[in-house]
Amino acid sequence: MSDAIEVKSVTRVFGGNGKGPAKALDDVSLSVKEGELFGLLGPNGAGKTTLIKILATLLLPSSGQVKVLGYDVEKEVDKIRPRINMVSGGDVGGYGLLTVRENLWMFSQFYGIPTKEANERIDHLLKLFALDDKSNAKVRTISTGQKQKMNVIRGFVTEPDVIYLDEPTLGLDVNASFAIRTYLRKWVKEQKGKTMLLTTHYMVEADELCDRVAIIDKGKILACDTPINLKRMLRRSSTFDVETTIFPEIESMGRLAGVEGFQVKQLGDKVVTRYVVEQESVIADVISAIQSKGGKLTSLSKTEPTLEDVFIHLVGRGLE
Amino acid sequence: MESNWTSPWLFLVYSVVKPIFGTLILVFMYLIILGGVQDQTLFSFMFIGNAFYMFVAQTMFGVAYVVQEDRERFKTLKQVYIAPISYFMYIVGRAISKLAITALAVVITLIFGVAFLNVGVDLGATDWLLFGVGLFVGLLCVVVIGVALAGITFLTARHSSGINEGIAGLFYLFCGVVYPMTVLPSWGQTIGMAIPFTYWLEMMRRALAPGTDFSAISGLGGYSNLEITALLLATTVVFLIISVAIFRYADHLARKKGKLDMNSTY
Repeated sequence: MSDAIEVKSVTRVFGGNGKGPAKALDDVSLSVKEGELFGLLGPNGAGKTTLIKILATLLLPSSGQVKVLGYDVEKEVDKIRPRINMVSGGDVGGYGLLTVRENLWMFSQFYGIPTKEANERIDHLLKLFALDDKSNAKVRTISTGQKQKMNVIRGFVTEPDVIYLDEPTLGLDVNASFAIRTYLRKWVKEQKGKTMLLTTHYMVEADELCDRVAIIDKGKILACDTPINLKRMLRRSSTFDVETTIFPEIESMGRLAGVEGFQVKQLGDKVVTRYVVEQESVIADVISAIQSKGGKLTSLSKTEPTLEDVFIHLVGRGLE
Repeated sequence: MESNWTSPWLFLVYSVVKPIFGTLILVFMYLIILGGVQDQTLFSFMFIGNAFYMFVAQTMFGVAYVVQEDRERFKTLKQVYIAPISYFMYIVGRAISKLAITALAVVITLIFGVAFLNVGVDLGATDWLLFGVGLFVGLLCVVVIGVALAGITFLTARHSSGINEGIAGLFYLFCGVVYPMTVLPSWGQTIGMAIPFTYWLEMMRRALAPGTDFSAISGLGGYSNLEITALLLATTVVFLIISVAIFRYADHLARKKGKLDMNSTY
């Protein structure tokens, strides 16, 4: 199977608003096979959206080469654009004066889809996303979640060979997120040979949907593999959730010998800390250190590694 | 998207009443300064010029505003931009609907002028060929300059309205819209002679009011209709080439600098 997306040594530098040039992507290389659901996982500002913009022909790389479906994103946009589409989460755009159906139809015309066929696809997708009762509502009158659903439909109504989904469930309620995730899973399963690149900072979403995941932070790809293989990276490591009372200098715990990753969450007057440690025996040193600082242990549990643990292990901190 | 036809009153106010009242303000200024219509030729010159300038002011500015609106209000610029449709042609399409709306205001203004202000438009004697050719080429010019300004809007956010109004203002100043170009200093007249709208407005006046002799005041009396048409065509071709080049360069620069989805004013 050939590569749908090839990214070779791509760097993207922005002006930096007077703070000097800022490197959004730093020598990034990756490839995505045709028919693959590929996840790009990283915190805000990691470079995910910059990479998507380059792939979607919205932005030029400062250096390096990017090909989509075998065509160069800088010189062959006319061959790429008919075969791609993009959905951005958070951007709940649309022409407010037009109805949901009119918006979708108009975008389908930008791709040259015959009206009859476009209307059939629109009807099918509106029904699938339970938005058919809003098809004749003006976009300015519908909710944020409904606008986001409309935008997801806009992305799929053109039946692209490659689709980029940039945080498609960002800010949505549980039901809307679930509907979108369900559709994405179904689309990849049913549409053989179609490629999806999904950026998200929801680890569960990436774990659940993606064939392969690249973990990106500060513009660099830190790891790229299947979710299972990424989690196997922690086979020798152990992950513990330690609940304690609040105690001073809690951040210093991440620097203890044998602690590979460390993430703190405060819950009321308690602190739940996730430790990724080299060996199980290290956790005994952690507990001693907690007690020496005046912290009181209230619970301790060993957990199965998740993609979040992989991220903590690679980056040394959590996503939040 | 260009008009809210479902709210006819709003449409009427913004697209028809506003430009007509703009013309009436100018008419009253003229009447107050000159103490009445002393010179019907000069009054017709001013009225017809101002009526057709609505295309420049409203359409050209409106075309450039498409980028601003799509990027920052509707947040659809990214989606339209990556679609296979040429963004250039998309803007031209939006411009045509703006032209249609402005045309309504221009027609109403002219009817008002003929009916109540004795403006020298004579439809029975109109040179329709001159009018048709002039209108087509003039509006083409309005659209292409608008597209160039749309390209510049790719790169600017807060300043795009100022740039667009400034360019429209320059045309108003140098093209003999409401006063004869001959009142300008010679360098101003030279600038005016390089802009297609100067010839376009002259053609519209000559075509619609063949019974009125504008040659003594317009500064273009020495040119025949054919020569004026040729000058309009030549300057339009130059503006078209420059405008397309500006749009293409601005488009490339916006991709290079990452300006296509910047957000600043809303």
